[in-house]
Amino acid sequence: MNNIKTFSIGGIHPNKYKLTTSSPIIEAGLPEVVYIPVKQHIGAPAKILVQKGDRVKVGTLLADADGIVSSDVHSSVSGEVLKVEAIEGGSGYLENMITIKVEGDEYEPFIDLSKDISRDISYTAEQIIQKLREAGIVGMGGAGYPTPIKTSIPEGKKVDCLIVNGIECEPFLTADDRLMVEKAEQIVIGAKIINKALGIQNAIIAIDENKPQAIETLTKITKTYVGVNVGVCATKYPQGGEKQLIAAIAKREVPSGKLPVDVGCIVQNVGTVFAIYEAVMKNKPLYERILTVSGDACKHPANYRVRVGTPISYLIEKSGGLTEATTQVILGGPMMGNSVSNLNAPVTKLTSGILMLSDNLAGKETEMDCIRCGKCAQVCPIGLEPFLIARLMRNNQTENLREAHVLDCIECGCCAYTCPARVPLLDYCKLAKTELKKKK
Amino acid sequence: MLKISTSPHMQSPVDTHRIMLDVIIAMLPAIIAAVLFFGLNALVVMTSSVAACVFFEYLVCKFWFKTRNTTRDLSAIITGLLLAFNLPSSMPVGMIILGSFMAIVVAKMCYGGLGKNIFNPALIGRVFLFISFPVQMTQWPKPEFLKFLNTDTQTAATTLGIIKHLDASTSATAISGKLPSYYDMFMGNIGGCIGEISALALLLGFVYLLWRKVITWHIPVYYVGTVFIITGIFWLITGETRYDPLTHILSGGLLLGAIFMATDYTTSPMTIKGQILFAVFCGILTVIIRLYSAYPEGVSFAILIMNAFVPLIDKYIHGRIYGQRS
Amino acid sequence: MDQVILISMAVLGGIALISAIILYMASKKFSVSEDARILEIDAVLPQANCGGCGKAGCHDFAASCVSASEKEFCKLNCPVGGQSVMNKIASILGYAAVKQERTVSVLRCNGTCENAPAKIMYDGVSSCRIANHISSGLSGCPNGCLRLGDCVKACPFDALHIDKKTGIPVVDESKCTSCGACVRICPRQLFEIRPYGSNGQRVYVACRNTQKGALARKNCKAACIACGKCSKICSDISIDNNLSYIPSTIDASQYGEDLVKSCPTGAIVLTTENTNEQY
Repeated sequence: MNNIKTFSIGGIHPNKYKLTTSSPIIEAGLPEVVYIPVKQHIGAPAKILVQKGDRVKVGTLLADADGIVSSDVHSSVSGEVLKVEAIEGGSGYLENMITIKVEGDEYEPFIDLSKDISRDISYTAEQIIQKLREAGIVGMGGAGYPTPIKTSIPEGKKVDCLIVNGIECEPFLTADDRLMVEKAEQIVIGAKIINKALGIQNAIIAIDENKPQAIETLTKITKTYVGVNVGVCATKYPQGGEKQLIAAIAKREVPSGKLPVDVGCIVQNVGTVFAIYEAVMKNKPLYERILTVSGDACKHPANYRVRVGTPISYLIEKSGGLTEATTQVILGGPMMGNSVSNLNAPVTKLTSGILMLSDNLAGKETEMDCIRCGKCAQVCPIGLEPFLIARLMRNNQTENLREAHVLDCIECGCCAYTCPARVPLLDYCKLAKTELKKKK
Repeated sequence: MLKISTSPHMQSPVDTHRIMLDVIIAMLPAIIAAVLFFGLNALVVMTSSVAACVFFEYLVCKFWFKTRNTTRDLSAIITGLLLAFNLPSSMPVGMIILGSFMAIVVAKMCYGGLGKNIFNPALIGRVFLFISFPVQMTQWPKPEFLKFLNTDTQTAATTLGIIKHLDASTSATAISGKLPSYYDMFMGNIGGCIGEISALALLLGFVYLLWRKVITWHIPVYYVGTVFIITGIFWLITGETRYDPLTHILSGGLLLGAIFMATDYTTSPMTIKGQILFAVFCGILTVIIRLYSAYPEGVSFAILIMNAFVPLIDKYIHGRIYGQRS
Repeated sequence: MDQVILISMAVLGGIALISAIILYMASKKFSVSEDARILEIDAVLPQANCGGCGKAGCHDFAASCVSASEKEFCKLNCPVGGQSVMNKIASILGYAAVKQERTVSVLRCNGTCENAPAKIMYDGVSSCRIANHISSGLSGCPNGCLRLGDCVKACPFDALHIDKKTGIPVVDESKCTSCGACVRICPRQLFEIRPYGSNGQRVYVACRNTQKGALARKNCKAACIACGKCSKICSDISIDNNLSYIPSTIDASQYGEDLVKSCPTGAIVLTTENTNEQY
């Protein structure tokens, strides 16, 4: 069982910086106001149901899914709706948000707040998917694809394997790791729930090697659950990428432009699986998540359970405040996360971490001439040639981009991380992708 | 004030400067071996070559390119060292400076500097000197271990020079009297260019480069392996000493070329598949030149010829793309 | 010896002959017959291949001139060559020359360092298109100039440069051919091709911010707040989505100064003949 799996093309081994592996998840508490974006998923923004002055409780539906690829948004606090309008998000662009002033902590009565673990899955597949839809569950690994759609298998397709993604290959982040240690059984039950919804009996919880505690805990628990197993993967970035994980665990490759479902796999992040457990067994909508506050310039790194909509600045204060050394605040991991300019921006369903980085780590070095070392092509987990894409973009030869398969790029950043000449290869790839999509 | 930048927000600690430094460190064993066997003469050759290369690069940056000084990336030092490695220890300093000029100004900076040249600069310098001054370039002072002030003018033939003139009719005793032992060839007690003599020193450098992940094993192993297999086949069929595969690997510039020059980033293909193809053809060309041309040694020519094919290889040879498994 | 020379001559000559025949046949077989007028027009075109005419380069433009009827020809224009080139093309085709109005590119943003001070630093590639992905920009204005100069790099005529003091690009009218390269490259569509205007006078709203007035002003002093004062002077001015737009049909020499005076934030810009600068 314990043979270590990994993907075969490319990959890098950045420094781990897992500062918070042994810090238990703590409650972040309630901020004074929360800003809840109505678009925390891929697809159409949800339709707003509340108005200024409305009183809401934890779990109250604020906005309704608009169309199939969309998701419900619930209130994460109880209090009064102050504003329903577009305000500045993390990037400085305006986003539609519902501002709620926190008063007390009242819950909607349908939420089961008991701490005991419910093990009996008596729902049918349709009931499960309906519950996921009502709870507004989306992929919490970062993509934000609505989970009910992912779990409804299109006609004519057959899924035989559920992969629970417990691989946290981004440096610094430990939220999933801690979740697996502390809520191991709930995750296993969550996997069984998805199995039931999919009508299969096979789930593999993939964990990377550098999480011995999580591997041990889950291996013990999965012994009592038939059909759920632990798969140990090598510690390599981007092992947690959907395509890389399928290559490692199922030994299959998702063809270009296809979805995992086309090769019979479904991948769900552990955070999502835990949310699924809570949604189905405890009727709890997705209004809070686990995230890591860390970084080389962070005073007190920790793992928090945070209400969706909590301003970043609140969590930064909790972790010792913005230090002098901090030059960048990143949402997500250092490899794929976005730097934010507005610290009042809220945490969303997709925020896996808040990092305070200093110039030692995040400072960009001056770009030099490419020395043609070919390292970017060797580390690209898709097997692309980033140096070629960068050259085509520089020379404006956009017509040749398609042959370079740039649309398959997963934007993992391995190329730009590795480049010894510090060429911003990922930026060129992203630019190439937008150019191509514009042409379509 | 917060900064905004694009992902990734981390970068590998290895930059161009560090890579170049690693290559220089990997050359240290060969430098030491050169001094041990050829004395101060080797030091003079290396110092003058490195100094000339750095100086020329500095001049070009300052007066022609008018951009920032690129000598700091250390690549000129590597070119200088590699050029020196490819010269006999008795080389006059004036000629070395001329060779450095060819290497840096013509073969590197004329193409636009680091990363843009087609041919390996050090090899261009060497081949230029080789064709212009054939007499000086083929006089090999006899190696004297630990005799630093080597003033005697005794010369020794290179191993490849010896086996070039062997044929089936040479008797076995005549051969063994002329050829150095494998041990001497491995340690470096043979005639030849200052950097190529000691296989041990070069292999130490290879191990260091692999450990630091500066290069992958593909080019050196495929290159040397191809030479070994082809000469081995000839040797098995004919049994003649001039085809002896071990002698072919341990003598001449094969290891130096395979480890330090064919692996030059700029003038080798970008993908592993392309690198393998490149290395195999380098091997084939080396054997052809060694066995059938008028020259005893063919590594420099083989690598230069294959350098010319690199753009073509890069255009048509690509790695496997995820999801395209047949 | 003679024989050797003869043989080599014969062999080389033979090779030359055969190659010549192959080349001749290939050129016959693969030759493309083309209207001679296309080449003629191509010769008078500027050969900048800038795409300003909307075609894929000068040759393509020449081809479409030839295939166009006289009616369609009126719509074709080479902005780089201007009137003189279009006259020549018209005479080649035997059509009547069409009067083409001179146009230039204008920057519809006045987010200078002073008007829209930087709140954050940008540490990355100097490219607006990349920065536009990750941030609303230094000042926070989501519609304003990012000041990284993609347009400067894209301009094939060296007519754009970043003013060091203001941080935003300035159009050099004497060099601008209104080819539209800046219009196409700018990720925020800040450039507009407008008629040169009589005496070089043009009046336009140098802002594209569609946020509500207070929000827009927070980031930039010179933002259009859609107060509607300009539309009272001239009824053709439309206010849509919190932003005023002055159509190019409005006579700058007649209304220009009034419009500039009416604007409380200074978002309306009037260019004059004397200076090449905007003010």
